[in-house]
This record gives sequence, structure tokens and C-alpha cells, in this order.
Amino acid sequence: MLDNGPLIPRNRALHPIPYDPDYKTTVARSPYLPLLSMDSSASEETGPTFGHGQLGALDNNLILNWTRGAAPAIGERIVMHGRVLDERGRGVPHTLVEIWQANAGGRYRHKKDGYLAPLDPNFGGAGRTLTDADGNYQFLTIRPGAYPWPNRGNDWRPMHIHISVFGHSFAQRLITQMYFEGDPLIPLCPIAATIKNRAQLDRLVAPLDMANSKPLDYLAYKFDIVLRGRRQSMFENKPEGM
Amino acid sequence: MTQKLDMLPETASQTAGPYVHIGLMPSYTGNGQIFDQEIGQSPIEEGAAGEIIEITGSVYDGTGWAMRDALIESWQPDAQGRFAGQEGADPKVNGFCRFAADATSGEFTLRTVKPGPVALRDGRMQAPHISLWIVARGINIGLQTRIYFEDEENSADPLLARIEQRPRVETLIAKKTGAGQYRFDIRLQGEGETVFLDI
Repeated sequence: MLDNGPLIPRNRALHPIPYDPDYKTTVARSPYLPLLSMDSSASEETGPTFGHGQLGALDNNLILNWTRGAAPAIGERIVMHGRVLDERGRGVPHTLVEIWQANAGGRYRHKKDGYLAPLDPNFGGAGRTLTDADGNYQFLTIRPGAYPWPNRGNDWRPMHIHISVFGHSFAQRLITQMYFEGDPLIPLCPIAATIKNRAQLDRLVAPLDMANSKPLDYLAYKFDIVLRGRRQSMFENKPEGM
Repeated sequence: MTQKLDMLPETASQTAGPYVHIGLMPSYTGNGQIFDQEIGQSPIEEGAAGEIIEITGSVYDGTGWAMRDALIESWQPDAQGRFAGQEGADPKVNGFCRFAADATSGEFTLRTVKPGPVALRDGRMQAPHISLWIVARGINIGLQTRIYFEDEENSADPLLARIEQRPRVETLIAKKTGAGQYRFDIRLQGEGETVFLDI
């Protein structure tokens, strides 16, 4: 019988290195010792599920959700859309996708952000949605501004949107960032540069998607996300050593 | 040439950054108005079967500083070891919680029900534990770990048994500080470094 087996072990070479002195905060926050590896169990293979009843109608509309539809946020209107897939290329249906971002001036609505750029009274900067039966999701938002941050002498974050995805297993949990095609700050960013595999960084850069842009309304950017998959074999249920 | 493997590489992680709360816990930073219902506010509802416990701790960086910006997610089964959605699971236990270090003290608290043991595929039992996932600025990929309990039988747990340096096992075991009260500190780096997992 085919078992929905353990999660495919993570290939850590595809991920950022934990310790990277050019991103100074990693220096005291990265473990020195190796991670302990083991096959996944139900503790990692199960995970929380969320339903439409927990979400509001404007949750995936960041232009309107802060004011509950009363007034739109300032900025370049964009749709961010894509598909959540697993490593086997299958869509991940009905999973929660959450995003957060700076406003058009590069300022976050967070008490710790004191950047010069003003808050937009009509922008909160967070959204969430569930993927459909094929794993598709979309958000309407504004393009976030780039902003400076205290790291090396003059570091700037490229325009980016933070994105958090659940999948169906707690150990599929992933947070990443979407960058925008053509942004000259991407190659200068020490956070983007924590990813040493160039192809993997390129996969975080969303292309402009004119086919899904709406005339006289918004531009579209496409961003697909791949989560860990499951091992599948007829032999998974056999005890160790068969 | 060989046949092609039809596999996609996993998307690379990036740090959750310093402002993760506005996305995942908006009320923490005063933005609660944005959603009607915030997710992950409690892993249990009133009436959950089993022992209600509180786990308090801090996340320390390599200098010994209790981080003020760490955000943690927990996932666990009910008191019988059944996860939400599994047959017979306690409907009052959804099992998922989000909590953050206090911006002033750096301390977090998780109020939940004590989980039951969970079997591995091969039938071996794991001691009761709660899975954690920790994100923050400066953490480039979320850190996985587990909370076990000092007053449970942990000696046969298959994961703990794999830890070569036996004193390190203690980093995964919550210490009882009173009735239903536990302390669980997480050390990211250096002396007493928590065992982090790759599962």
C-alpha cells in the first residue's frame, strides 16, 4: 500500500546560510552546533488547518483592509498572485498564505519602525488568504517602497513583500520574501545575499506579469512557492531493516 | 544522459525580519483592527480534556540577551496524543498557538493542555512533547525544536536518545516550577545551546 510517507528531508544548501556576518544580526542568533536530523513523525507531518470562516472578505485586499473599505491606500496598485506547490509539483490546496510589507514610502506600521517616511493612514500592511483547490492565491496591494536599515554603513532593503505559508504539515512551514523584477537593490542586499545559490535567489524575484495585469487598474507580479513534499514508497510501513 | 527527475526545489527561506508581528500577530503591535479574528491565539478552548499547563521562558541570543522580538509557533496533540483532525481528537484542542516574547521583559507564556504521547511509524512511542518553530530578525530559516516535560517518562524517547552529548538533552526538557507551571528557555547559540532539529 502506498503510504503518504515522511517529509522529504530539507536540502539546506538551497536555503540561506544561518551565520552571515554581512547581515550582522545573524552573528549572535545562529546556532553553532549541528541540527539533529530524524525522519518526520506525526508531530511534523500534521499541522493546523484554517477555514474561510476565520477570514474576512477584505483580508487579501491590502489597499482596503485597514480602513475596512472606507479609503484606499496610497501607492502603485499591484496584484501579487501565484501557486503554492510541493516538491512533486502538486498544488497545495486550502492552505493559509499571509503577507506583510512596508507602505509605498518604505515604512512599516510597527512600533519599532521609526523611518522618516510617513505612515499612510489608509494602509495597515498585512493580508492573508487561503489557496484554492489547485493551490492558487492572490492579493491586491500596493508596491512597497525600498528603505534603509541599520546594518553596515548604508544598507537598503530592496522592495519586498514578506510571505508566510503553512502547507499541511507543521514542518513545511516557510517564511520568505518576494522581490520585484528589475530592482537594482537586490544584488546589494545582505539579506538577499544570505542565499548563496544564485538560482534559488532568482526564484524569489517575481516577474512582471502583463497577461494578468488589468488595464487602467493594476500591474501583476507572479510568485510561486514550493514547499517540502512527502516521500512515497510501498515500503514505508515496514519496520526499520524490513 | 539520464531520465529527468520531476522534482521542484523547495523555495528558499528568508528572515521573518523585525516586523513579523504586523503580519502574524497584528494585535501585538497595536494593529488588531485589521482582521476580525487573529489566528493562533490559543491552542485550546475552555473544556479541553487533560491538565492545563503554563510554560514560561525566554529566547536568548549568543550574548545571553533575552530577545524582545522572537515569535514562536507551537503545534501539539491533545491529552491523548491525537492531533486536530484525527479520529477521536478532542474538539476543544486545535493544537496551534502563536506567541511572542514580551517587548519589555523578553518573556513568553504558552497556556495549553499537556500533550499525550505520539507513536512513530514503526510503533515506537515518543514521550509527550510540543513542537516549536522560532522566527525573528537574524534567523534566516525558522528554527525547529521541541518541549518535553521533566515530570514525564522521557528515557525511551527516540529523538532524545539520538542526542550524543547527554547533558544537551536537558535543553529540551521543561522544568516544573509549580502546579501546572513550567519553565522552558531557548538558547540560540553558545553555552547551553538548545538542540535544534532538522526533521
